[in-house]
Amino acid sequence: MPIRLLAAAAPIALLLSCPVAAAPDPTDWEAVLDEAHGQNVYWYAWAGDQRTNGYIDWVAGRVEERFDIALTHVKIGDTAEAVSRVLAEKQAGNQDDGNVDLIWINGENFATMKANDLLFGPFAEALPNFALTRPEHNPEVVTDFTLPTEGYESPWGRAQITFYYDSDEVQAPPQDIHALLEWAEANPGRFTYPRIPDFTGSTFLKQALIALTDEDEPLYAPVDESDFAAVTAPLWDYLDALHPHLWRSGRQFPATGPEMRSLMGDGELSLAFTFYPSEPAAAVADYELPPSTRSYVLDEGTLGNVHFVAIPYSSPHKAGAMVVADFLLSPEAQAHKQDLDVWGIAPCWMSPASMTTARPSSPWTRATRRCCRQAPCNGHSPNRTPAG
Amino acid sequence: MNATHRLELRDICIQLGDQVLVELDAEIGPGEVLTVMGPSGSGKSTLLAYLAGFLAPEFRARGRVLLDGQDIGSLPAEKRGMGLLFQDPLLFPHLSVAGNLRFGLPRSVGDKVPRVEDALAQINLSGFGDRDPATLSGGQKARVALMRLLLSAPCAVLLDEPFSKLDTHLRHEIRRLVFDRLRAAGLPSLLVTHDREDADDAGGRVIEL
Amino acid sequence: MMLRLAPVLIVILLVAPILGGLTMALLPALGYLPALGGESLSLDPWRALFAEPGIWRSVAVSLASGLIATAVSLAVVLLYLAAATGSRLDRWIRRLVSPLLSIPHAAAAFGLAFLIAPSGLIARLASPGLTGWERPPDLLITQDPWGLSLIAGLVIKEIPFLLLMSLAALPQLDPERRVAMARSLGYRPTLAWWKVVAPSLYPLIRLPVFAVIAYASSVVDVAMILGPTLPPTLAVSILSWFSDPDLDMRFMASAGAILQLGVTVTALAIWWGLERLVARLMGGWIARGGRCQGETGLHVAGKLWILLVTVTAFVGIAGLAIHSVAGFWRFPAALPESFTSAHWVRALPSLAGPIASTALIALVSTLLALALALAALENEQRTGRHPSRALWLLYLPLIVPQIAFLFGLVVMMEQLGTRPTHALVIFGHLLFVLPYVFLSLSEAYRRFDPRWSRLALTLGASHNGAFWRVRLPMLLAPILTALAVGLAVSIGQYLPTQLLGAGRITTVTTEAVSLASGGNRRVIGVWALVQACLPLAGFIIAIGLPRLLWSNRRAMQGVP
Repeated sequence: MPIRLLAAAAPIALLLSCPVAAAPDPTDWEAVLDEAHGQNVYWYAWAGDQRTNGYIDWVAGRVEERFDIALTHVKIGDTAEAVSRVLAEKQAGNQDDGNVDLIWINGENFATMKANDLLFGPFAEALPNFALTRPEHNPEVVTDFTLPTEGYESPWGRAQITFYYDSDEVQAPPQDIHALLEWAEANPGRFTYPRIPDFTGSTFLKQALIALTDEDEPLYAPVDESDFAAVTAPLWDYLDALHPHLWRSGRQFPATGPEMRSLMGDGELSLAFTFYPSEPAAAVADYELPPSTRSYVLDEGTLGNVHFVAIPYSSPHKAGAMVVADFLLSPEAQAHKQDLDVWGIAPCWMSPASMTTARPSSPWTRATRRCCRQAPCNGHSPNRTPAG
Repeated sequence: MNATHRLELRDICIQLGDQVLVELDAEIGPGEVLTVMGPSGSGKSTLLAYLAGFLAPEFRARGRVLLDGQDIGSLPAEKRGMGLLFQDPLLFPHLSVAGNLRFGLPRSVGDKVPRVEDALAQINLSGFGDRDPATLSGGQKARVALMRLLLSAPCAVLLDEPFSKLDTHLRHEIRRLVFDRLRAAGLPSLLVTHDREDADDAGGRVIEL
Repeated sequence: MMLRLAPVLIVILLVAPILGGLTMALLPALGYLPALGGESLSLDPWRALFAEPGIWRSVAVSLASGLIATAVSLAVVLLYLAAATGSRLDRWIRRLVSPLLSIPHAAAAFGLAFLIAPSGLIARLASPGLTGWERPPDLLITQDPWGLSLIAGLVIKEIPFLLLMSLAALPQLDPERRVAMARSLGYRPTLAWWKVVAPSLYPLIRLPVFAVIAYASSVVDVAMILGPTLPPTLAVSILSWFSDPDLDMRFMASAGAILQLGVTVTALAIWWGLERLVARLMGGWIARGGRCQGETGLHVAGKLWILLVTVTAFVGIAGLAIHSVAGFWRFPAALPESFTSAHWVRALPSLAGPIASTALIALVSTLLALALALAALENEQRTGRHPSRALWLLYLPLIVPQIAFLFGLVVMMEQLGTRPTHALVIFGHLLFVLPYVFLSLSEAYRRFDPRWSRLALTLGASHNGAFWRVRLPMLLAPILTALAVGLAVSIGQYLPTQLLGAGRITTVTTEAVSLASGGNRRVIGVWALVQACLPLAGFIIAIGLPRLLWSNRRAMQGVP
């Protein structure tokens, strides 16, 4: 019996060890399109937002029609699940028959995957639609987490810290980080931020740090070249002053941005913020937030963030994945995404004219317009800031 | 049902560890009932379990069991042709009365419906075929259990205190019915009991353990 | 022949993946993980683990919440059984056990969180009338640092399980006769139950109790919703290290997984010690012969606690149900401002795929588990041997925390070159379904009067005939219950589905969990109800089918 088993397994093992066709060359786009034809692409993407899911569904339908690519949205609660998968495959020596073809990825996850050679590339700059992002004017589409993307990930959308509040309760929301502290002192327990290492939470700290320090240069230099303690001291002072006036007196923090949103819906908070300028409006439409919700960005400008897709080194459908990444950059896909009924995410690199297609009456268009005017200020993150 | 059978028990000895529980050497002719009497714990049930083929592995048994001259000691329970009547009638609760009787009929029997009808008539339960066995009286259950046993066409019958749970007034009647039937069918039977009246009604030889 | 193989097959099927998975966790825990540059063995991951701030508090919370939740659940179940057997409350509770059991852990936790949070249902009902609150009070209730709300959430889910297991084991003790006997000696009924039934019942439900300890001390989903946050329980910490963008954290996470195994084993050992202590105290209490003292207290507590737990669970679920159709719901309104079907309408089109996938995986894994369990039990009956000693290994998947071996198992499966198919996920589910099916079925099967099979054999039926025509139909009710438990277990699996299916296999639960990460309570409400309905359908069939089939068979109605 064991011998027979071995005999049966041998051809499989041979098959596995066979070198699969070499990775597609992104510069030969015609060949990529040819190869992508008929491929199944598995896109691992955070699925906590039904609008995003709906948009990805729409993308799947379009790439099927246009390129004959079967795109599957693999719904995950945390990008780390996809990273774990690729890592397990590498650990097991699976070089070219992985499960993950495309990942919605950002920041730290990208940095570590790239550092550990888990990504395929460079490919992004060779995508035909990449030129539309005008990287020479929008450096943030080629930097992520202050790390140059070097073509290992391709942008597909843009987010920006946006504050929102219930206008029935709050007349004059704070317009800068100092006013925020005063506001919190006057309204104890009505504001908080997500627990570190949550993405939204750490971005809030970065925002505060940038606003509080007098000199910006050290923030954009590697940590070991600058005096971490001296540079960040104003932040710690600020947080020490802020925490006693936070929700639960700063003894507890919501785990994520969405959790903070549901605290707003429950009336536990009066002021909150999000990475997605469209989120408050979407939440109002979904009955999660009161219709009196209004959003705005701080006067001193807020952190923007571009989100990306990357292709793992072990993906067996790299051509298909690249075609999908390219389609995400197409005017069609970007325009569809702006539609508030779809997702309402602004593609900042597109001409301001196309921005106005968003409904002007909505209270957050002000915010999104502004986001386009503001200079990108992707901040440097001091390593692992301790949680509050 | 009127074939004649003979059951021979040759130098049976059942042990638990070093302790001898039962020693027996007997021959039971067609239609004869051999009664084995003894108080509880004397090994009566162990003897029946051995003969029927259910002896638990911790017991050791010697001797030969011959049914119509053939040694059945090594046959599995279902091939021995030993019918068993328990203390309780044990009518299968998930089957109807007719279903219970049909369970007894060997697979080879062709048209089972008339056989079952006929059997019900013989025990005065015509028309009871579709009934739930749980709705029968104690006497009726006992009769169905007996008929089910007979329909399975055993070559010998083992009786494990089958009357002990019946009401006194029923007991005599059922005893008569059982022994008459077994005798009429020419079956050698072994009855274990602790009730002297059972032995008297059986009318055969009595062995005390 | 095939039957003989069953116990061996079961043990291999369950033990190999767990040992393999543990090995794959142990290597990185000792610094060996070439894919991340860990080429040599070292104790650095352990040093990092123990240097992690709050690690001992995490361990303490995991240990304490596991033990306390188990002790409270067991106490409530026993108190209830002692006080309420045969009463109207009893019939009512028995009917509710199955629906309670079918509520997924996460859904129950969300329900409880919404009930007791400062902006929760209770606060809304009491405000502003009783409390004067116009805004939710700034109180730390859920996710409290002592893990009290975590314990409460676990208790709500573990009581139905222990109750079901107790109800399955009780008939063989004939508690009515025992209590009647004790009462004739002058003992009051509740005290009588405690003194003559409880000591015999406990050994029969000991394994399920151990399973509860292991589960409660390593649970992830409930702890994420209700558990403390700074620091969280050990299992939650491990999961966050495994998902940390910094891949070097994996070494520490693996060490943490092994530590979790140690914590669970420690919890079991402490419990074992407590068992000795309680046995001794109980022995003294029984020997003293008190007949009346404490009767009223025990009686009232028995009814009160179970009632409180049941009502809490159902009101929590009702809260989720209201949310699933709620428009905006401002504090402190007792009901939403408007109702809408939008949340359901949006979810419905995406339900079909996950439901079909869930049903397929659950049915196949449960039927396989049932076939294996029946084969092993039937083998036991036919050979007349006592339960094989190796079978305790069957419970390994219940004792070893999922988080300790699943990540390693994925690596092992990758090395074997298996693809993430439905078959692989079914295999993964089998690991957890089989022990529960076996646990639910074995008591009824072993208790089954052997005379029925003997009778069938002496009537000329073969062994197989006796099995199919007598044993199987007569045990239909417990078999269906075991099936329903198995289905519920399979439907509730998140980590095995997500990890072994590489995320590509979508079930109702994976869908619910990924949507829950969006924090939209209305969506959570919809999916939690869907998630609860599927196992509920199983339980309804398990209870209804025997009634329907045996409507004309009185003696089959009472079979547990």
